[in-house]
Amino acid sequence: MGNYLLKRLATLGITVAGIAVVTFFLSLVVPLDPLAAIAGPQAPQETVDRLRVLYGFDQPMYVQFFRYLERLIQGDLGTSFQTGRPVLDDIIQFFPATLELATVAMVIAIGFGIPLGVLSAVYRNSLLDHLSRIISLIGVSMPVFWLGLVLMLVFYFKLGWLPEPGRLDIMLIEPPRITGMLMVDSAIALDWVVFWDALRHAVLPATVLGLFGLAGIARIARSSMLDVLSQEYIKTARIKGLSEFMVILRHGLPNALVPTVIMIGLTYGSLLEGAVLTETIFSWPGLGRYLTTAFLTLDLNAIVGGTMLVAISYSLVNLLVDLLYAYLNPKITLAYADG
Amino acid sequence: MAEITAKDALNHDEIRRLRLDARRRYLRDSYVLWRRNPITVVGTLIILTLLLIAAAAPLLATHDPYNQILAERLLPPSADYWFGSDNLGRDIYSRVIHGSRLTLMIAILVAITSGPLGLMIGVVAGYLGGAVDEILMRVADIFLAFPKLILAIAFAAALGAGLENAILAIAIANWPGYARLARAETLAVRNSDYIQAIRVLGAGRLRIMFLHVTPMCLSTLIVRVSLDMGAIILIAAGLGFLGLGAQPPSPEWGLMVSDGRNYIVDQWWVSTLPGTAILIVVLGFNLVGDGLRDILDPHQRQS
Repeated sequence: MGNYLLKRLATLGITVAGIAVVTFFLSLVVPLDPLAAIAGPQAPQETVDRLRVLYGFDQPMYVQFFRYLERLIQGDLGTSFQTGRPVLDDIIQFFPATLELATVAMVIAIGFGIPLGVLSAVYRNSLLDHLSRIISLIGVSMPVFWLGLVLMLVFYFKLGWLPEPGRLDIMLIEPPRITGMLMVDSAIALDWVVFWDALRHAVLPATVLGLFGLAGIARIARSSMLDVLSQEYIKTARIKGLSEFMVILRHGLPNALVPTVIMIGLTYGSLLEGAVLTETIFSWPGLGRYLTTAFLTLDLNAIVGGTMLVAISYSLVNLLVDLLYAYLNPKITLAYADG
Repeated sequence: MAEITAKDALNHDEIRRLRLDARRRYLRDSYVLWRRNPITVVGTLIILTLLLIAAAAPLLATHDPYNQILAERLLPPSADYWFGSDNLGRDIYSRVIHGSRLTLMIAILVAITSGPLGLMIGVVAGYLGGAVDEILMRVADIFLAFPKLILAIAFAAALGAGLENAILAIAIANWPGYARLARAETLAVRNSDYIQAIRVLGAGRLRIMFLHVTPMCLSTLIVRVSLDMGAIILIAAGLGFLGLGAQPPSPEWGLMVSDGRNYIVDQWWVSTLPGTAILIVVLGFNLVGDGLRDILDPHQRQS
């Protein structure tokens, strides 16, 4: 396990360095003169020239790149043009909201995905199986932004069951910020009114995101359950006289969950990207919306910093999934046992 | 053809006949599997309909998709405006019909740029191995470290909003998966006897890679690209929705959904109908993809 961990961490290091290169490249192709953005459109030529030297834009590309890396290592992502604050502060401000949304979405995806997958496997080729297959296919085929609009139209504008877009009713006061996740913070502050309202606000966007993640989970749960159900020990359990329900719950499900857990991890990573469109629709003040605004206004530092953070967290999630898989499946680490 | 003797094995006509036979049987089995699954049939029908609509768009459209009649803006669906009219008084039905061409064009262009690019990189990496392989695959890994949609948005924004740049951006986000696939296929065949034989005959590396290895990777890659079609269309629509893809007045579906956002409460049709078109088309591709997985699955074939 140790060797495998080292090898994986080294790969992660290379990947993060590569992410830095890609984002640097990204900042080069942006059709925007960063000097004009800093100096303002009416600045005289000599001011622009002085700024060019000051910010090092007169240096060759590789020097600029190393300066960029140097700043990165110090945690300096520059200042966002749209908020006027350091990008890192913005990210710390907005990321918990995304994390909160993705977590609720994950609960929904798991809560419906696993039972759906297991039932499809147990009642294979039944109406339920086909139905769940169609539901999950529709889930992955649905444009996230469109589903968001439709659900908002129905549940907010027409039925009025769920609150308006946003994270919290404007009449309510946010609990003291500890984690930045409203539901966690309000639970800590024992402020159940805020907790309930935050939950209600999260239901629609989280459903949209969750449906996006449900398909993969249901599919894996179904196929691994089918695998498990054809094993000898399941037959043994049946012969032993256990009820079908107990066979599935005690002997089938735990074994079928291993691949499913892996899929859940991967889905968590992909929810990060689904969040970009979902947050835009639901005015959810998370990293996704921050990034979208940055992209649309060509807020260079925010684009570079935000994209980098998303890529790094995505890689981290994938690493965790790999490690978990290696832990659950010793064959993988054995391959690295010799170093 | 009870038993194949050594004499038969040398008989070219016989070999050709057997091979043709096997191929025909494979196709027939595929057809049976395709027919057996109603989901796949529905998906195929959706894609065929899309192709027909795109081909006959000017005939099917009832209005000029760009013609604005401001006096008739935001009209509900009616006999004249089948899907209603949008905020600039354009016929939504005609725009959806014409939009099918854009959707198809985007999907095809992304497929024929990122597919061959990934194929080439994967074959080169897999065949040459060593440092070349290591470098190319690290680069692919770095691109895979970004969620696809975010990478596509980032490049679309950086290159400047527009349809061509959006296509390029999606292709940039898409190739690494194909490269990995092609590399794996290449590794599987690179040491096989027939490649050794060609090498002994004196074929150069380029010749082996592109005339002998590439064709072996092709079928897997085509399957994979067709499985990705739905996802490509979704990303393109997402870019259009964010204003980073096709630009107005183009009748791109994602853009149309975004146009109708402000009217969602009272004029639901402006946004929801083009969105339904995206859903149906993507679903079509995914249904076929899902069936394709079964058809190509050797386990299913045996039964």
